Amino acid sequence: MKISRRIGPLGVHAVLLCYTVIALFPIFLVVMNSFKSKRGIFRDPLAFPDATTFDLIGFEKVISRSSFDVYFSNSISVTVLSLLFVLLLGAMAAWALAEYDFPGSDLMALYLAIGIMIPIRLGSVSLLKMIVAMDLVNTLTALVLVYTAQGLPLAIFILREFMAQIPNDLKEAARCDGVSEYRIFWSIILPLVRPALATVAVFTMIPIWNDLWFPLILAPGEDTATVTLGIQQFIGQYVTDWNAVLASLTLAIVPILILYVIFSRQLIRGLTSGAVK
Amino acid sequence: MALKTKPGSSFRTHILVFLLPAALIYTLFMILPLIDTVRFSFYSEESGGPTTFVGWDNYILILTDERWWQDFTNALKNNFIFFVVHMLIQNPIGLLLAALLSLPRLKLANSYRTLIFMPTMLSVVIIGFIWKLILSPLWGVGDTLVGFVGMTDGLPALLGEESTALITLSLISVWQFVGIPMMLIYAALLNVPDDLVDAAIVDGANQWTAFWRIKLPLILPTVAMVSVLTFVANFNAFDLIYAVKGALAGPDFHTDIMGTLFYRTFFGFQLQPGSATMGATVASLMFLVILCGVMIYLFVIQRRLHRYQL
Repeated sequence: MKISRRIGPLGVHAVLLCYTVIALFPIFLVVMNSFKSKRGIFRDPLAFPDATTFDLIGFEKVISRSSFDVYFSNSISVTVLSLLFVLLLGAMAAWALAEYDFPGSDLMALYLAIGIMIPIRLGSVSLLKMIVAMDLVNTLTALVLVYTAQGLPLAIFILREFMAQIPNDLKEAARCDGVSEYRIFWSIILPLVRPALATVAVFTMIPIWNDLWFPLILAPGEDTATVTLGIQQFIGQYVTDWNAVLASLTLAIVPILILYVIFSRQLIRGLTSGAVK
Repeated sequence: MALKTKPGSSFRTHILVFLLPAALIYTLFMILPLIDTVRFSFYSEESGGPTTFVGWDNYILILTDERWWQDFTNALKNNFIFFVVHMLIQNPIGLLLAALLSLPRLKLANSYRTLIFMPTMLSVVIIGFIWKLILSPLWGVGDTLVGFVGMTDGLPALLGEESTALITLSLISVWQFVGIPMMLIYAALLNVPDDLVDAAIVDGANQWTAFWRIKLPLILPTVAMVSVLTFVANFNAFDLIYAVKGALAGPDFHTDIMGTLFYRTFFGFQLQPGSATMGATVASLMFLVILCGVMIYLFVIQRRLHRYQL
C-alpha cells in the first residue's frame, strides 16, 4: 500500500507522458522533415534540420504548383458560413422547442434528432442529383447547405437541453414589460446560452473543416476545393516528391495547430461541459 | 403572480419563424435525400436514360450475384473488423487515459489532455498521409524506430501486405480518434461527486477499487454512448481508406469497407461503370446496418443501464 502510493503518481505520469509522445511524434516528425532537403529527409529522418540540411524547397514547390491560398479561403468561407447558419438557425429552433408548448412539439424534437445518429452521407446519391438539378455543382453554396443540414440536429439537441434550464423569471419579467418574443430571444436568451453555443461550435466546426466526402462529390473543381480535398489531390499528383508532400502536409497542419493552441482551453471546456452526458 | 402568458394565438407566428428555417433546411438537405435514396434503390437507370421501377431487383442482385455478394460481404466483414479494433483498443485506451486524467490532484492534467487530443483535430486525410509516409519502406524512419525496440529486421510493409493492411489502418484511426472517448468519458468522470470517492477512500479503498466499484458503474451510460458513436462513425468511415489506399481499397480489396464500396458503386472504377441506383442500394444497406446498431443501443443496452441521479 505504501509502495503503491509512492509509485502511483510517477506511474501515472509515465503512462500519460508515454501516450502524449505517441500522439505527437508522428506529427512532429512530418513538420520537422518538411524543413529539410531531400538528402536530409532520407539520410537522417530523426535529426533536426541544421545548416546543411535546412531547405524550404518543398514549400516553394507547393506554393508555385498549387493554389493553397484558394483552398484555405474556400475552407474558411464554407466553415464560417455553415457555422453561422447552424448556430443561428439551431438556436432559434431549439428556443421554439424549449419554450413554447405547441401540438407536436415533442414529435418535432424527435424528428430533428434523427439526424444525430443517421449520417447524411447515406443520402449522397439523391443529394448529388438535387445539387445538379439546382445547378449548384462545384459551388461553395452546395457545401454550406449540406453542412448546415448536417450540423443542425446536434446543435438543436444540445441547445434545447440548455435553454430548458433557463429560469422563467427573466423572460416573464420581459414579457410583462411588453418586450417582443424576438427581442427576448435575441437580447436575453442568446447571450445566456453563449457557453452552449461554444460547445456546439466546436462539434460543428471540426467535421466540416476536415470533411473529404462532400467536397469530393459535390465540389471537386480546382476553384472550389477545400484544404482537405486540395491536399488529397496535390499529394496524389506529387506522391514521389517528398519535399512537396511533407511541405503540403505541414501547411495544412500548422494553422490548425496554432488555432488549437490558442483556443484549446475554450474548446476543451466546450467538449467536457455537461452538454454531453 | 404566476402570469403564465403561455403563447396565445397571436404568438403562434413566432414559433413558426423560429422553427421553420432550421426545419426546412434539415428536411430538404437531409431527410428528403435519405428517403429519396431508399426510394431510388428500387429503381434501375439506363445510363442517362429514364428510370424504371424494378422492385427488389437491386437487392436480389447484391444477395445472389456471386461477384456482388462477395464484394458486399467482404466490405461488411472488413468494416466489422475495423469496428472491433476500435472497440477493443480505442475505447479501453480512452477509458484508461480519462481515468488517469481525472485522478485528484494530478499535475499537468490539462497539458496532457490538450496534447493527446491534438491528432483528433486534424483531418483524417492528413493523418492518413502522415502514417503512409512513416510506414513507407522508402523513407526508412519506421525501420529506425523499431530498431530502438530491438527489431533489427526492419518494419514490414504493413500497409502493403494483405494480412496487415486493414489492421494497420484501423490502428491509425484508433490513434487519431482516441481523444474522443477520452474526452467524453473524462467529462462524465468529472461529474461523479468527489464525496462518493472520498467516502470510499476513508473506508479503506484505494483509487483503483474506487474507480472500478464506484466511478465506472456511474459512467456506464457514457461508455455505452461512446460505443454507439463508434459504431456509427466506423460504418460511415471512408476518408482514411480513400486517402491511403484509394477507392480500390487495396491490396486486392483487403481494406474495402462499406464507405469505399458505396463510393465505387456510385461513381464506378476501372472494371465497372458507376450506377446511381446500385449506389443507392448499397447506401440503403448501410442505413440498415447503422439502424440496427442504433436500435440495439436504444432498446437493449440503454434500457438495461441504471442511471444514477447524481
